Amino acid sequence: MLKTFIIGFKDLKLAFRDRAALILMLAAPFLVTVGMGLVTGRFSGTDQSGALNIPVVVVNLDNDAIGNALVEVFNSSELADLLEPTASSDAEAARRQVDEDQIVAAIIIPAGFTQSVIPTNGVASSPIQIEFYANPSRPTSAGIIKTILDGFLARIDEMQIGGLTSITQLIASGKISPQEANQAGAEMGKRFEAGGTTYAETAAIKINSSTTATETNDFDPLAFFAPSMALMFLMYTVSYGGRSILAEETQGTLPRLLATPTTSVQILGGKIFGIFLTGLAQMLILIGASSLFFQLKWGDALGVVLLVCAAVFGATGWGLLITALARTPAQVGSVGTAVMLIFAVLGGSFFQLSNMPPIMQAFSKITPNAWALDGFSTLALGGKLAAIAPPITALLTMGLILFLISAALFGKKNLAQK
Amino acid sequence: MANILEVQNLVKNYGAFQAVKGVSFNIQEGEIFSLLGPNGAGKTTTISMLSTLYQPTSGDAQIAGHSIVKEPMQVKRAIGVVPQELALYEDLSAKENLVFWGQMYGLSGKALSARVDEVLEQIGLTDKARDKVKTYSGGMKRRVNIGVGLLHKPRLLFMDEPTVGIDPQSRRAILDTVKDLNQHGMTVLYTTHYMEEAEELSNRVGIIDHGELIAIGTQKELTKQVGENETLLLHIGEQEEPAALATALKGLPNVLDINVVNAEISVVTSSAKDILASVVGAANARGIKIHSIDIREPNLEAVFLHLTGRALRD
Ligand SMILES: Nc1ncnc2c1ncn2[C@@H]1O[C@H](COP(=O)(O)OP(=O)(O)O)[C@@H](O)[C@H]1O
Ligand SMILES: [Mg+2]
Repeated sequence: MLKTFIIGFKDLKLAFRDRAALILMLAAPFLVTVGMGLVTGRFSGTDQSGALNIPVVVVNLDNDAIGNALVEVFNSSELADLLEPTASSDAEAARRQVDEDQIVAAIIIPAGFTQSVIPTNGVASSPIQIEFYANPSRPTSAGIIKTILDGFLARIDEMQIGGLTSITQLIASGKISPQEANQAGAEMGKRFEAGGTTYAETAAIKINSSTTATETNDFDPLAFFAPSMALMFLMYTVSYGGRSILAEETQGTLPRLLATPTTSVQILGGKIFGIFLTGLAQMLILIGASSLFFQLKWGDALGVVLLVCAAVFGATGWGLLITALARTPAQVGSVGTAVMLIFAVLGGSFFQLSNMPPIMQAFSKITPNAWALDGFSTLALGGKLAAIAPPITALLTMGLILFLISAALFGKKNLAQK
Repeated sequence: MANILEVQNLVKNYGAFQAVKGVSFNIQEGEIFSLLGPNGAGKTTTISMLSTLYQPTSGDAQIAGHSIVKEPMQVKRAIGVVPQELALYEDLSAKENLVFWGQMYGLSGKALSARVDEVLEQIGLTDKARDKVKTYSGGMKRRVNIGVGLLHKPRLLFMDEPTVGIDPQSRRAILDTVKDLNQHGMTVLYTTHYMEEAEELSNRVGIIDHGELIAIGTQKELTKQVGENETLLLHIGEQEEPAALATALKGLPNVLDINVVNAEISVVTSSAKDILASVVGAANARGIKIHSIDIREPNLEAVFLHLTGRALRD
């Protein structure tokens, strides 16, 4: 037993000395989480109070009724604290200013816009689109502008006139797809909080003035991304650990261990314990870091710890199965990476499971990701220990079954070798 | 003296291939015993069976009175193993490696840390103890590899070709360490394909070839097999035809045996001095150019040559 612990802690130490492993265990999930946070605008605009003065350029090439009305909206006194609009007639220059991050967005009202939306002689020509050119690295601010624009266009819609906008992506940053930007912008505009200052609802804009996310029980997007990414890269860690089992053989330390008065059960037990410890350390560090840096609320502490243990246990089972089936450390590595990605998709680490076809939802049950993610969501939304009993039970059962299968496979392998 | 190791008819088959073909020998407490043989002779396989890593196909051995087949745990406690290939955690320091392996041998607490410091001193790595093994030179790694085998003060130490592929100084240091360990009472089973190492270190030598122990004894006993004779080694050009010359040399007085390996003719003689002139004459008479001539005193190389008709080295 003691030797099992010693081997396990030795492996924990080795994992934390392996720079490549550290990058994938800790840096990657953390950075992807931060990235997701940026895309969803989690970090911008939350600390400012009072005036925001978001710089925006309105290029009115229309110079007709509707175009002028839109310019007026942007220059209205109600929005004075929020926006810092500049008029321009050079669309190219405005786009360039966005590219260079001098302004958050450019709204380009094309010539003939009014004509195109107001049917003349009873025939509506196909409407020309207003161009909304935004900087995706400022999703919150861009989202606010987009919201104002949408409000205005909705009003035109009410007038039975079709209004369309298009968001042109910044090619330079290339971070998000148009759909994402659109969604992100709209959503984050709603989430905007301006230090308690409530902006009167105008006909054109509607800015949510809820005070804090927790009070309204708003689901923080990071509460989804942080566990998703941690679980995805937990699968990396368990296959890394599995690889180290085979590596002991190739680097000669397994025969050497077997030449010491240590049984093979103690050695395998130690290796498994090492995988579990490493996964546990990884998860706890990631959870700690997201709580510390993003003030992310994971929910009931005991529940989180128990769920993490169960998730790591289930994932370790998969790591062992991969190892038992593979012949070389390299095979464990490549199969492990494939499983990591498949499980991440299948387990809902990228897309909410509820949006997936039923067959996928059924298959997701074989992944530790899906069960654990379910548990983390429950906890983040205020669920208590009892509420996460099903995922914990599922994860433990999964781990146990995989342990038994792997043990049988390992036994067979050893017999074949001797 | 009592035997610490007794081997009876040890056999190891890898599938249809017989790597060790019924080896028997004893090692006495306190001696250095060398297994000398070329690559592929079966040295590592033999050591692996003795250290209980491989199950013998048949046969058995007793180490400190315990059967390697029936009481592997007792055997493991009695032996230390220095494998041919490095077996260390390169991301751990020398000290961390020693501590870990010491724990695997059941050491702990003060006894462990005292012993680790002692071994570090012994392998000359006290100063570098905290550096990661992967930053070490080949020779330093080999020393750590040896150190791991010494931690629990085994009664019998297996060293499998511990000097392969390292610089002369490191090799010197390792040979001195082996002698030092032995002087402090450790029994050593040392394998090598270097005749000089076997000659320098061992009390007794077993010569192994193709899985068979073909000779065993002290160096004196073994060289006696080839008599007080010397060996003349003639290196001739690759394109020359050695067969005719070999036949001619066989007829010379005082020539006892002739072996031809590629472009090398070895002439076993009772007196190298006396036949030198006639050997050169015979070569000249046939227009065969001799590149160089070595005179070898009787040694283990000659014994191996005598027994197998081949040189030790490959
Ligand atoms: N695991 C194995 N499977 C099959 N053949 C092996 C294996 N290990 C060694 N051999 C063969 O057994 C013979 C003896 O090998 P070995 O004991 O390593 O020799 P040595 O240590 O004297 O160089 C060699 O011919 C080698 O190719
Ligand atoms: Mg060998």
